Amino acid sequence: MSGTAPTPKQRFDRWMVRNGRYLVIGIPFFWLMLFFLVPFLIVLKISFATAEYAQPPYSALFQWVDQGINIALNFGNYLFLLSDSLYVTAYLNSIRIAAISTVITLLIGYPMAYYIARSSGTVRSVLLMLVILPFWTSFLIRVYAWIGILDREGLINAALLGLGIISEPLIMRQTEFAVYIGIVYTYLPFMILPLYSTLEKMDGSLVEAALDLGCRPWKAFARVTLPLSLPGILAGSLLVFIPAVGEFVIPELLGGPNTLMIGRTLWDEFFANRDWPIASSVAIAMLLFLVVPIMWFQNLQGSEKGDGK
Amino acid sequence: MSQGDKQQAQECVQTSQPWNNPDAVPFIRFEHVTKKFGDFFAVDDVSLDIYRHELFALLGGSGCGKTTLLRMLAGFEEPSDGKIYIDGADMSGVPAYERPTNMMFQSYALFPHMSVEQNVAFGLHQDGLPKSEIRDRVEEMLNLVQMGKFAKRKPHQLSGGQKQRVALARSLVKQPKVLLLDEPLGALDKKLREQTQFELVNIQEKVGTTFVMVTHDQEEAMTMASRIAVMNEGVIKQTGTPFELYEYPNSRFTANFVGQVNLLEGILVDDNEKYAIIHSEAAGGDIYIDHAVSGHEGMTFWVALRPERIRLSDSQPAETKYNCLPGKVEEIGYLGGLSTYHVRLDSGTRIKISEPNSTRHIEPRYTWEDRVWVSWEAGAATVLSQ
Repeated sequence: MSGTAPTPKQRFDRWMVRNGRYLVIGIPFFWLMLFFLVPFLIVLKISFATAEYAQPPYSALFQWVDQGINIALNFGNYLFLLSDSLYVTAYLNSIRIAAISTVITLLIGYPMAYYIARSSGTVRSVLLMLVILPFWTSFLIRVYAWIGILDREGLINAALLGLGIISEPLIMRQTEFAVYIGIVYTYLPFMILPLYSTLEKMDGSLVEAALDLGCRPWKAFARVTLPLSLPGILAGSLLVFIPAVGEFVIPELLGGPNTLMIGRTLWDEFFANRDWPIASSVAIAMLLFLVVPIMWFQNLQGSEKGDGK
Repeated sequence: MSQGDKQQAQECVQTSQPWNNPDAVPFIRFEHVTKKFGDFFAVDDVSLDIYRHELFALLGGSGCGKTTLLRMLAGFEEPSDGKIYIDGADMSGVPAYERPTNMMFQSYALFPHMSVEQNVAFGLHQDGLPKSEIRDRVEEMLNLVQMGKFAKRKPHQLSGGQKQRVALARSLVKQPKVLLLDEPLGALDKKLREQTQFELVNIQEKVGTTFVMVTHDQEEAMTMASRIAVMNEGVIKQTGTPFELYEYPNSRFTANFVGQVNLLEGILVDDNEKYAIIHSEAAGGDIYIDHAVSGHEGMTFWVALRPERIRLSDSQPAETKYNCLPGKVEEIGYLGGLSTYHVRLDSGTRIKISEPNSTRHIEPRYTWEDRVWVSWEAGAATVLSQ
């Protein structure tokens, strides 16, 4: 072999060994660029336009005027968001509802994930299956089902009235309570699955070691299991919190007129007011308020883990 | 021997070998302990006494019940039947966190989110000791295991041997009545293991704690333990000092498990006060035993021969009538310090022999297909009835 020039096939193989990884990474990277970053940039662009009665319903950002490019950046939309208390209230409300829902999901999801992680082979796969099962029906239909359960003439009221426990039907639908139920129900699997995967990987002898060294079971949980499952708690909480903040369907169908959330405001701006620039700036502002701190936080965590190694 | 000397020797036996002293009170006592998992008997009616200051080893293959026995002592498993006593106290229903035992886990189970120091201090914090005392004891213990320099490190920054030391320090720092060690050296490489064996024994002698360890490595058990219990299928086959187990095995299982052995099956044909003759088809003749055998003529026995107690020669030894069998060299293993040979006897049985290479030869003494004679002293063999 030595001395002879490599054949084209050999040359190609060698090139693949050296550069193949960039090809593999490149495809999903390109995909994300095209279908995530480009739409995002379009929304960003629209957020700096002014609303117009035209098609499309906003002013152009770049204009060819007098043999030069005229860039018209309109910061008015963002200033408007700050001046109108509606948006600020909607933001704060969304964050409050999402945060409380996340805590409830965590409190319900942790014991479930713990139990699944500790159960043996077949039981474990059945339980995991049950967690994933709701995904097989449409999300919309499941939320409608909750209307049937929580309604004035719904299942719960019918049962309670029938048993004579209450004499007047309870108002559950079109309240914030119903929104919590909807969010917790819908996002529970997103909490359970990452928690399960962290708890399942944990070495069982660590808890035994804590017991052996004199910890009562609850303390062993608090000092060992809980701190070691923190990555799972964080991942699950982000998976619940982030989409819950922007949730539109659940507050629209289960919430009342007072349940003001940013997703609904966004919808109204787009479809009722047809003010695309304001709607876009609402979306961008949400992104900045939520994603940037979360990314910074995750980055911090990553570097903390990294410096040990 | 004068009367005084005898008495002194007697006292020596009583303190250093409490198991030979009928008056000694066992420190740990298993009374007919059984553990069932479903229909499976992991531990089957085990009774065992362990004495204070012992380094006791539970030896056996995987699934023999040794780890279950240890975990019952630690309180991670409750016996299905029977009782366990530590220092006279019945341990039934006493949870792990209230037992006077600490365990060194096979995986070490160091808390990954705590530093070495915090790991060692963990147990002391649970006892609510004052901070200054905790600090002193942790420091002292880390120095004992020569890990003082690494106090601030996290477990993932340590090598296997260092983790092992931290795990030992963490389990010793609470000064338990009993220290339990689950395959303590299993994760270390051979060189480090041999070195650590002696260190562990030294530390045990220094702190005086009773150690109970589980191991599958007979060499490790022999090197470290004061006494060993050989287990198989949930049952203790034999308990004794390393010397007793090797020289006086009570069954083919122990003889095979502790060291290497050749077993020749035969029938007792002559049994006297002075000697016994066993006729063995496997050996292709009669085997002469220099002591009486308890059994009747016609009973089946196994003659156990350790490889290093067998001599190999290239011509028939003149003086012997018995215990000299012809054969052919089939395999040779040259290990440097000693050589092992597999010899196929004319009867068809294969015999393992090991010989020290105590002198330097220009070329190997035997080679494949060499005609050889295998012989042994009448006292070298052990006769087993089961």
